[in-house]
Amino acid sequence: MKALCWNGKMDVRVETVPDPKILNPRDAIIRITATAICGSDLHLYHGLIPTLEPGDILGHEFMGEVVEVGSEVKNTKVGDRVVVPFTISCGQCFYCEKTLWSLCDNSNPDAYKNAVLNGYSTAGLFGYSHLYGGYAGGQAEYVRVPFADVGPLKVTSSLRDDQILFLSDIFPTGYQAAENCNIQPDDTVAIWGCGPVGQFAIRSAFLLGAAKVIAIDNVPERMEMARQAGAMVISSDENVRELLKEFTGGRGPDSCIDAVGMEAHGSIYDDIKQKLKLETDRPYVLRQAIMACRKGGTVSIPGVYGGIIDKVPMGAAFGKGLTLKMGQTHMKRYMDPLLQAVEEGKIDPSFVITHRVKLDAAAQAYSTFSKKEDGCIKVMLTP
Amino acid sequence: MDEINSGSETHPDSPSVQGNHGIKVTKSCTIKSSRETLYAFWRKFENLPLFMNGLVSVTQNGNSSHWIAKSPGGKKVEWDAVVINETLNELIAWRTVEGSDVSHAGSVRFKPAPGNRGTEVTVKFEYDAPGGKLAAKLAKITGKEPSQQVEKDLTHFKAVIETGEFPTTQGQPKGEK
Repeated sequence: MKALCWNGKMDVRVETVPDPKILNPRDAIIRITATAICGSDLHLYHGLIPTLEPGDILGHEFMGEVVEVGSEVKNTKVGDRVVVPFTISCGQCFYCEKTLWSLCDNSNPDAYKNAVLNGYSTAGLFGYSHLYGGYAGGQAEYVRVPFADVGPLKVTSSLRDDQILFLSDIFPTGYQAAENCNIQPDDTVAIWGCGPVGQFAIRSAFLLGAAKVIAIDNVPERMEMARQAGAMVISSDENVRELLKEFTGGRGPDSCIDAVGMEAHGSIYDDIKQKLKLETDRPYVLRQAIMACRKGGTVSIPGVYGGIIDKVPMGAAFGKGLTLKMGQTHMKRYMDPLLQAVEEGKIDPSFVITHRVKLDAAAQAYSTFSKKEDGCIKVMLTP
Repeated sequence: MDEINSGSETHPDSPSVQGNHGIKVTKSCTIKSSRETLYAFWRKFENLPLFMNGLVSVTQNGNSSHWIAKSPGGKKVEWDAVVINETLNELIAWRTVEGSDVSHAGSVRFKPAPGNRGTEVTVKFEYDAPGGKLAAKLAKITGKEPSQQVEKDLTHFKAVIETGEFPTTQGQPKGEK
């Protein structure tokens, strides 16, 4: 089959690789009908997540048709149309039973590596380095899905692939980010980053009843897409903290969402430290969000961080009694209700797609997306 | 080390590993299952190759057992062990008999975890690495260090019990380097 393989920093290629096989009784094989490049794939593309190996197949946003199931998969059958969450969950451990799906104890075969980094291992992820299990990803024609009796969501309605695909990651991720803000009816939510997760966070904040959403970015087409959702938009090139104060009567936003993560721009200090490998992540947005948030507010972090950061204003977070919420998305909490929201027409997730290309052209699409060229916000790939 | 005779000065009469170059490992994990189930699974030593890396087979004969493993270099390693301490549903401790290729002593203890979290499983292991502590240090660098191996095995034990399989990517597709 064809698959997008990582071969080094800024070097991904579509190659011919063997088809995936059932390896465990609870596996399924999915024929991919639609997949996408995620903003977090760019961290891999830029070589910022350690333990990727040349030849690793990327991709964690995908959907398709079940073509084979293992002997223990009873609730999913050949021919089912499914969308697959990017986190892999066993469904039986302490964490899965508490619906903390992304913290699954049993899905990461390289758990000990992850535990060195994080203290305890979290769930395996598709196509996201050997810290997260080294599972082959879904930017391919076929993919093996472990614990296929738990993750995949069956879709029977007549919705198109492009309306369903983003239930695999970015829609639930944006939604969890907004839900983590515990939004009250008169609240103002500030959201840094108008990439795909930011776009879904903006719309989710409104779905959850926010009175006002202020989005921060400096890429014109992304700012425009945020405006279309009803957000006020601030350029990140301006004095963001002063403008946020002005737009909230001096109080500050009730909650702040960092939908940017480890590769934020704006701080030469962090650029240099990251290049010198003195710091793995550039937490420019996180610092700003902590400083801007009102007293007693919440900073919610869906943007990915992978390692060590410094000069985070912990004193401000402590002094203002902030709540910090973060982590990979507990996908299965959200997939069903958000599918329902799409079926009811409350949101059409395909709004975010700017580029539709064949899997064969994926390498070029990575480059275009990485450089934010050609108005690129979200790339959907079809095999 | 109350469960196993560690070969330290406090147990001079029943050393399981000679001299002072034994390497001690202690690892714990919590498994969502009952003490009875876990104890029964473990006590049937024939089950252990299901989750212990490198272990090929174990055959039991009363209190004694014969173990066959493959070393990281692919060499066959064999030893005989005896159960030296046992409490139903709580504790199993064993020790290799003299003349074994790999001299070691080990124990596994099962304790109820709080609430409905299952059972706390603690493995203690004392191990006479060929080449002693220096070899173990080198092994740590090359990723074949016993403490890491015990942790991996315990993780596999947990996965087998909780999910019926253990996660793997062995045999999945990959691009050519």
